[in-house]
Amino acid sequence: MLQSSHHEDPSLAGLVWTKTGISVERCYQCGKCSAGCPAASEMDLTPSVVLRHLQTRDADSEKKVLSSYSIWLCLACQTCIARCPMEVDLPKVMDVLRIESLHRHLVHPKAKDIVSFHTSFINTIKRFGRLWEIGLIGEYKVRTGHFLQDVAVAPVMFLKGKLSLVPELHRKFVRKIFAAKERA
Amino acid sequence: MKIGLYPGCSMDGSSREYQESLRAIAPKISLELEDVKEWNCCGASSAHAIDHALSLALPAKILAQAEAQQMKELAVPCAACYNRLASTKVELAEDEAMRMKVAKMVDLPYTGATSVKNILDVLTPLLTPEVVKTFPATFPHKVVCYYGCLLVRPKSVMHHTRMEDPMEMDELMKRIGATPLEWSMKTECCGASFSITRTDIVGTLGMNILEDATMRGAEAIIVACPMCHSNLDMRRTEIEKVSGKKYSIPILYITQAIGLALGCSPQQLGLQRHFVPAKIEAKLKVQQTTPAAAAVS
Repeated sequence: MLQSSHHEDPSLAGLVWTKTGISVERCYQCGKCSAGCPAASEMDLTPSVVLRHLQTRDADSEKKVLSSYSIWLCLACQTCIARCPMEVDLPKVMDVLRIESLHRHLVHPKAKDIVSFHTSFINTIKRFGRLWEIGLIGEYKVRTGHFLQDVAVAPVMFLKGKLSLVPELHRKFVRKIFAAKERA
Repeated sequence: MKIGLYPGCSMDGSSREYQESLRAIAPKISLELEDVKEWNCCGASSAHAIDHALSLALPAKILAQAEAQQMKELAVPCAACYNRLASTKVELAEDEAMRMKVAKMVDLPYTGATSVKNILDVLTPLLTPEVVKTFPATFPHKVVCYYGCLLVRPKSVMHHTRMEDPMEMDELMKRIGATPLEWSMKTECCGASFSITRTDIVGTLGMNILEDATMRGAEAIIVACPMCHSNLDMRRTEIEKVSGKKYSIPILYITQAIGLALGCSPQQLGLQRHFVPAKIEAKLKVQQTTPAAAAVS
């Protein structure tokens, strides 16, 4: 309905439209996304409330969304979009909101661990080209200070042959990708 | 049938047994796998959460590499990798500007010519009733099939018509002699990448899945995703902490269940790598005189 007016829409809803072509106006607040979301009980704003805030285009509401814990708790399980009668692609909206929340330094304090995990994961890929579990968890522990986490699981994983102590080096497969990313 | 293979990082590490069991059954079902060379990580659930272009460039590089090897089809057994590769193909087909941007990052020609297949796409046409008839054993157990999120959703990518009640894995289990039970958790989320950051959420979601499976009388949960497997198997202690109950139900990769019916040893299928012991056996068929059965045994 408001799709054409998104053209020069400086709001967060406008950003979502520019990045994804998703119009948050399509949401009529039936709440099916919030009812089916596996993480909703942990969220400060349920998924349908996130969409409602975006619809208002009010600066305070937008700040509330970008500094919410919810946007980091979305597991991208795609249950919401599967059930949405208007097919609003909420997982894609959440990706835009997370990236914008990082840009504007509005990450919720409780979400710092989750951001640290994602950052450690990407750094591991940048270093080795593939996932190396010990590298990922090591960096995550340094970033978060959760040094004692999973000290019981790791030795069992190792004994079961699920953990390698040294990484395979495949950095050259992704070097160009990360070089281009840093130029951008 | 010859097909490309993108194993992905998990299958070299925490879900090593998924790869072992796939490679153990492949020659027995006329499946020839050619590995993608120089493959990299697909970006998993982290790249798309914090960097959009990167989340497309990593899978595009893999697809470009498969194209360079002239692969028409690429098997991606990890449901999470499969979802990333399939989603990237759709987005790059729809967004010309993004395709140009990603092409520059990848620095290998990408046209989208290679189609990606999940494990069910690969196995279903191979395991026809005629082929399964020649298997030396059956897998006569009550099971629940756990598809998780990423094999069936979103619709815009997977075009699945039964997003909350898929049947492909149930059908395959039926063919090898199992009894797939109806249950409520087929496509509920396991907590995915919160395994490290919010283990308590994985505990609660895992509990819901194990509780329903146990209540229905299932002897095993069959999965096709390394993340689903590790959350239900390696995170069993955390699940039991939330629930206050013990669960003994084992989690088997679909390739392990099929491998048992094919007469592979538990060792060949990597069953000893599970945290939760999988004491579940195939049943040898009564000696048949057909030449086909003799050939397999």
